[in-house]
Amino acid sequence: MGLKFSEISEGQELPVLKKNCTSQQLVQWAAGSGDFYQIHYDKDFALGTGLNNIIVHGALKNAFLGQLVHDWVGASGRIKKYGCSYRGMDEPNNDIICKGIVRRKYEENGEKLVDIECWTEKADGTKTTPGSATVKLFN
Amino acid sequence: MADEDSLITDELRATIGKRSEPTTSEVDKLQIRMFARSVGHVDPIYFDEAEAKKAGYRSIPCPPGYLGTPVYDPRYSDPTFGGRRGGGGPTAGPQPRRPLKRILNGGTDIEYFDDICAGDVLESVGYVSDIQERKGGIGDMLITTSKTEYKRVSDGKVVAIMTGTGIRY
Repeated sequence: MGLKFSEISEGQELPVLKKNCTSQQLVQWAAGSGDFYQIHYDKDFALGTGLNNIIVHGALKNAFLGQLVHDWVGASGRIKKYGCSYRGMDEPNNDIICKGIVRRKYEENGEKLVDIECWTEKADGTKTTPGSATVKLFN
Repeated sequence: MADEDSLITDELRATIGKRSEPTTSEVDKLQIRMFARSVGHVDPIYFDEAEAKKAGYRSIPCPPGYLGTPVYDPRYSDPTFGGRRGGGGPTAGPQPRRPLKRILNGGTDIEYFDDICAGDVLESVGYVSDIQERKGGIGDMLITTSKTEYKRVSDGKVVAIMTGTGIRY
């Protein structure tokens, strides 16, 4: 049990986290995040702005990547930093597959650190949200 | 870059580093559970305080991406986004030399300096840290990097810095 620094290797893949947002989840996110912009849950409004459909909040995809990394680290460490770029839109009822790879493990200022490359991709493999994270391990 | 052709006027450049009025955000259990539920988190530390304490937290911690909710007050909060109404944003203040119509959220990065848990009250101050311009496939682009510092009121510690990238074109 628990993730150990010594057992992590560069190139290792994080367990994949698969998401597929219903419109209900986007409404829940609006309530959870406080962002009630209508392009995310009101199709008529979204079409009126020139979009083809309602779209998944970028910040929700950011939170998905946070969950990907958190679920891997659990109580064995902490996320020191993480983030992503919003390169493409995702629509509800489509797969958003969250993936990560360990790119570097190192010690710095007495901390055991791991750099991760992470991203979300569509079912066809198109990456819409490339990101990265640094986590510290306790052991 | 300070030529007649640059999108970035002297007035626009002068906004770099100007700090906003502080915003107070509360971190509480109800809202953390709503946030975690909406993401689809399954780790019980985001729902059950006893589990959070077992994992070494003071109380239920913020899930990644959650930095408290700005205290809502209809006198000055934005009804759609919840933050301070007219409190800056890309369309406030000095504008680029040529008008740009569209705005994209380019990305979000968060750096954490401590656990943030239910019960914490955060005060955040934002500022523009950099403005760049680029000619891309979508024409003239103005790329604004802004930083928001989150300070815990109880001990004055900066617990997180969020960096956001805004693209106007």
